[in-house]
Amino acid sequence: MSNVELADREDLLTATTIREMTLWYELYRLQERYVSIIDTDRLEQWPDLFTEDGVYEIVPKENADLGLPVGIMHCFGRPMLRDRIVSLRKANLFEPHTYRHMTSGLEFTTLDASTVDMQSNYVVVQTLTDGESGVYQAGRYFDRVVRTADGWRYQRKRAVYDTSRVRTLLATPV
Amino acid sequence: MKVATERESAGSRTEKLIYFPRSDGSRVPFEVYSSADIYELEQERIFRGPVWSYLAMEAEVPNPGDFKSTFVGDTPVVVTRSEDGGLAAWVNRCAHRGATICRTARGNAKSHVCVYHQWSYDTRGNLRGVPFRNGIKGSAGMPADFDPKNHGLQQLRVDSYRGLIFATFRDHAPSLYDYLGPAMRPGLDRLFHKPVDYLGCVRQYSKSNWKLYNDNVRDPYHAHLLHAFFSTFNILRAGTRIETVGSDNGLHSWLTVFRTEDATGGAAYKDSQLTSFKEGLRLEDVSLLANVKEFDEAVNNHIQMIFPQLVATQILNSLVVRQLLPKGPKNFELIFYFFGYTDDTPEMRLQRIKQANLVGPAGLISMEDTLATELVQFGTVSSNDALSMADMGRDASDEEQRRSMISENRVRHFWRGYQELMGL
Repeated sequence: MSNVELADREDLLTATTIREMTLWYELYRLQERYVSIIDTDRLEQWPDLFTEDGVYEIVPKENADLGLPVGIMHCFGRPMLRDRIVSLRKANLFEPHTYRHMTSGLEFTTLDASTVDMQSNYVVVQTLTDGESGVYQAGRYFDRVVRTADGWRYQRKRAVYDTSRVRTLLATPV
Repeated sequence: MKVATERESAGSRTEKLIYFPRSDGSRVPFEVYSSADIYELEQERIFRGPVWSYLAMEAEVPNPGDFKSTFVGDTPVVVTRSEDGGLAAWVNRCAHRGATICRTARGNAKSHVCVYHQWSYDTRGNLRGVPFRNGIKGSAGMPADFDPKNHGLQQLRVDSYRGLIFATFRDHAPSLYDYLGPAMRPGLDRLFHKPVDYLGCVRQYSKSNWKLYNDNVRDPYHAHLLHAFFSTFNILRAGTRIETVGSDNGLHSWLTVFRTEDATGGAAYKDSQLTSFKEGLRLEDVSLLANVKEFDEAVNNHIQMIFPQLVATQILNSLVVRQLLPKGPKNFELIFYFFGYTDDTPEMRLQRIKQANLVGPAGLISMEDTLATELVQFGTVSSNDALSMADMGRDASDEEQRRSMISENRVRHFWRGYQELMGL
């Protein structure tokens, strides 16, 4: 291989790496924004991170493993996502709490230029009014994100949780 | 000292642990929700007593060898489909040294082997294999009088009704058919009028006594007040037509809420200035509250408790059986098993999944139940002899209360049945 060919090849590798890093950075930013909106109680902005027909589900791992569809939250489209938040704010009763999300192990597969599947682990630490913090839910996100005019958005976000016994209740999405 | 010894030898606990000051079930000592002694007595007199405890839907164990681990009260039990297609249930405790045998939630197996010494049992819990039963080269091994037939797992009486599997520890309990009785069977006949598919389960853990949940499902008075989703989005109001039905022993009951248009626009709520009423709120996606007709009568909610472990429910098109499991005096687990009919269209299946949002741990119309039961648990700590009261409708006839949401009649009937069963 000539020096010129080698240099071209390095340029190509660099370009690929930069594209991949840029994509990773954009997806990571989306996830950080998602987590931040929930953990800082800006839930009215939560539906905006989904496409208009975006699907959000929280499903226990025991059902997901058996291919069974039922979970504890299923929102089909932004109107249902917004209804969830309106109900949480105006109708439902629950103990005041905060969430802190920890995520790790972000992996992704590019399906086409504007469609990516991604997965990551999450842990939600919940603090209740007695002042104690505890692991409320551990699980894994299975997401499909698409590039839109507003940036990357969730077309589907499925939180598959390991912590099958939900402690008392779940009001706030994870 | 002598008195105590005599009492113990007479079979213990002849003295009442807790005193109910009235016989009508309207006064309940709070201690009944936290006493460890009461809890132990409940295991003996209720869960190991003459009741049928709900275990599973047949749709969860359709094939020979299918099994599911669950509980009767505190006792770990495995329910299985045997090779001949019958049903069996046995205590999940090795007959040898008492180790847990089945260590998975569900699966399929022709035999169940204890990992400790590899004693193996068939699907009905009969002992089939003991490693080195005859020792090695004829030395040691089991004694000559060892008969595997006498060392099977403790087996429960099992029966099913309309695809719902129940078990009892008592050989002399009434049949399941009679235990459910003529008042309760029609509710189950309606919900299980055709074959069902199991769609998955979700679990909720509450830091409160299992009887607080029994109170809760028998109490229509709280529904539209605690669960503000109902009144906020105009689904259920005090004027809604309802019916409550109970069994003669008071222990089982159902509540049916019929679809009713509220001509007053919630005037009763505005007049009472209830915080749970908010005018003008509407869901953006009202398909969540659609009730696609699939039964003869237009019923929005049907909530039926078969004491002590089953609550069968229809909320719009969401079909669920809840299994109530006590976990010590101050905790219970509630497992929601969702189902649909095998002939559901894809659209109907989607509707059921969508309406899974209404029930379960994140249920828009039900998440507050465990909040309320925990508030009672926490509020009654060290309450000594203090009593809860359930007087709503106490002066009214059974017939009048049968149609009224503003009644605690079924709660009172439950406590009378409970006292009878417990000898309290």
